[in-house]
Amino acid sequence: MSDALLTIKDVTKAYPGVVANDAVSFDIGQGEVHALLGENGAGKSTLVKIIYGLVKPDRGEMVFAGAPFAPAEPRVARAAGVGMVFQHFSLFDALTVAENIALGMENPPAQSDLASQISEVSQAYGLPLDPWRTVGSLSAGERQRVEIIRCLLQDPKLLIMDEPTSVLTPQEVEILFTTLRQLKSEGTSILYISHKLEEIRTLCDTATILRRGQKVATCTPAETTARALAEMMVGASFEAPQKQTGKVGEVGLEVCGLSMPALDTFGTALKGVNFSVRAGEVLGLGGVAGNGQDELLSALSGERTSASNMVQMGGQDIGHFGPVDRRALGLFSAPEERLGHAAAPNMSLIENALMTGAKRQSLVRNGFVNWSKTKGFTEEIIARFDVRTPSAGNAARSLSGGNLQKFVIGREVLQNPDVLVVNQPTWGVDAAAAAAIRQALLDLASQGAAIIVISQDLDELLEISDRFGALNAGVLSDIVPTADLSLDQIGLMMGGATPQEEVQ
Amino acid sequence: MIRLEKRLEPSKLMTAVTPVIAVILAMILGGLMFAMLGKPPLDAIRMIFWEPIFGEFAFFYRSQVLIKAAPLIIIATGLSFGFRAGIWNIGAEGQYIIGAICGAAVALAFYPLESRFIFPLMLAAGLLGGFAWAMIPGVLKNRFKTNEILVSLMLVYVATSILTAVSQGILRNPEGHGFPGSRNLQQYPSAANLELIPNTGLHLGVIAALLIVVVTHFFMRTHILGFQVKITGEAPRAARFSGIAPDKVVYICLGISGASAGLAGVLEVAGPAGQITSSFHSGYGFTAIVVAYLGRLNALGILLSGLLLALTYIGGEIVQQELKIPSSSMQAFQGMMLFFLLATDLFITYRIKLGVKK
Repeated sequence: MSDALLTIKDVTKAYPGVVANDAVSFDIGQGEVHALLGENGAGKSTLVKIIYGLVKPDRGEMVFAGAPFAPAEPRVARAAGVGMVFQHFSLFDALTVAENIALGMENPPAQSDLASQISEVSQAYGLPLDPWRTVGSLSAGERQRVEIIRCLLQDPKLLIMDEPTSVLTPQEVEILFTTLRQLKSEGTSILYISHKLEEIRTLCDTATILRRGQKVATCTPAETTARALAEMMVGASFEAPQKQTGKVGEVGLEVCGLSMPALDTFGTALKGVNFSVRAGEVLGLGGVAGNGQDELLSALSGERTSASNMVQMGGQDIGHFGPVDRRALGLFSAPEERLGHAAAPNMSLIENALMTGAKRQSLVRNGFVNWSKTKGFTEEIIARFDVRTPSAGNAARSLSGGNLQKFVIGREVLQNPDVLVVNQPTWGVDAAAAAAIRQALLDLASQGAAIIVISQDLDELLEISDRFGALNAGVLSDIVPTADLSLDQIGLMMGGATPQEEVQ
Repeated sequence: MIRLEKRLEPSKLMTAVTPVIAVILAMILGGLMFAMLGKPPLDAIRMIFWEPIFGEFAFFYRSQVLIKAAPLIIIATGLSFGFRAGIWNIGAEGQYIIGAICGAAVALAFYPLESRFIFPLMLAAGLLGGFAWAMIPGVLKNRFKTNEILVSLMLVYVATSILTAVSQGILRNPEGHGFPGSRNLQQYPSAANLELIPNTGLHLGVIAALLIVVVTHFFMRTHILGFQVKITGEAPRAARFSGIAPDKVVYICLGISGASAGLAGVLEVAGPAGQITSSFHSGYGFTAIVVAYLGRLNALGILLSGLLLALTYIGGEIVQQELKIPSSSMQAFQGMMLFFLLATDLFITYRIKLGVKK
């Protein structure tokens, strides 16, 4: 193609045990929004890092704006006109927006000049941002704007965006899309990485789909269906989770006026959170990351205790109970961070099974561990949840994200919880594993467990939850039946439009 | 080009062989150092590792090796609990001293009464003394978030001062013609920790060391406490999620290491040392840290590394006498062993890849 801005040809990169990119070739046109689509581990990140000069390919070549392009480091890529907005921001909480942006520049202008430049760009592209605000006080969406403006100040020819909408409310997504369309109309090309199919169908001109490091296809997303895209991505058709409408029973867990101070300066305090969840019901709690999700999970799991009546289960006050006592009562949980929180990375799956199963599975007698019984429990999790691992003795770290997540969820589900709390159950998990995990949660609910799913994935929450609430700055919105909700309403709830306190 | 590559799983083989490799590397570099000092390197190495066990005077040195190894193994095994959990008790030397003082004080309080209850009482006092001394950094850490490394280390200097004070004051031998130091417990049958079989070095401390190693090995594998200690060190957040109270682990680990250091102290003062003097402390508490790591924080490993280190101590004394190698270069040699051990640690989680990276 003659009007291609970036041509990628036969790019190959292998890591120990895995070929991240296997002879990948495609073109990104001038002023084109090009989607890079694939499951976790498909090789999207590696490819993007190659373009941005963070990773050197083993083989293959690239041509950028008519010249051979092999950036040795990001500085070279930036100089050539490639900008990148990472999924995880590299910002200093304690510095202002302008200071953060200056840090990434070769020759930063004076702060006041830079600030006026920032204001200019932010107005031109409809991204309101105050250059003098401290980054620690910004929302995730605003932080992303800092990263975008940092790129736009360099006037890039190609802007790479890695999963940009994962931290945004639906309204913020709209603002971002407007900005991206404006950039496109000015001739800037955009490489857009995502696994959200509807988004790609509305925004992108072309899509390249990767699977296990190989290019599967390049297509026009508007002309194909989301289901077809998904099947190309996964390489097989898979079942969407089926919800069985079971009977809703007694209140399983009740949270009354739960308040808890933040753990650190940039954490979020919980403020008067109220909700209850009934047996057989799935309660979905949404919200943009960092609005108290982690704090809520640790308050429910028992890692942090509260006044005894703030958390109640079956009429019993359990706010002062630790994790072990809560598990004994049938309250189980699975935190977001798999490695280091839900599981100990360097310890075997058997030891990890013991972590939460000790009491309910009677794996410990008189203080001594029954390792053969623990191994049996581990193997049951592995078999029932299709965890792919050479053996139960392998370290948790050696499993892929999806497999470890299946293990973590399976470990809790198999202990017949009366109440299960999960945070981001399918974060960074491939589509097939995500579907299996959601199905397991729904099955558990239909067996009469009360389930709380905390997630930033709205599609997930809409798919599996009966009722929905959103966390905003540690305050929980009203809880509304999911069936009655529109995306707009959800966005308003996530933005904190109807805080619970006002309603009461 | 040489590259490092992270292993998917920590290598069990490397965990076992790297200590051997480390010792061999230390032999090579240490030999080089001895050669540069103008001493015959092979002779020096042979004297350090061979002479004490198989040499002409082995009958004497062997017992010395056991006498040195026993306190090292007892203290190091106790320390291994905390080191596994990420709780760094650097002050075992202080706990060892306090344990010895407490044990000796009990004995001297009963002197000259003869009773078979005295020795068990001394052991209990030693254990409790070490335990209590280790609880100071524990309480401060849990209550005020102080750093246990600093507090336990500084308490060593406090313990040393107490040692000097009591050996010149309250515990001084009234029949000692004004010399500092307590009565010699070896001459007080009810309190003496004598050799069980003469001239073998086999005293109660050796039996205690073996017992502690076996019990710890079994305990760490089968008891939930071993699991709790391990997971606290590996992943503190996961430990908390699992329901383990971090404060409890701090108390348990410091308590175990303090009590074992105290036990080593009382066995030493009642046995090989015999009396409380201001020079009673010999650095066992610090060397035990090396022993614990050389043994990979594993009880059986500590048994071997304790013996090895004791061997290099005795061997070191031999080369100092025979070849006039300065004691500081022996310390450098022991430092090399630890250095290489820590360096080769890398190969447990990484492997070396040779070849050109394109």
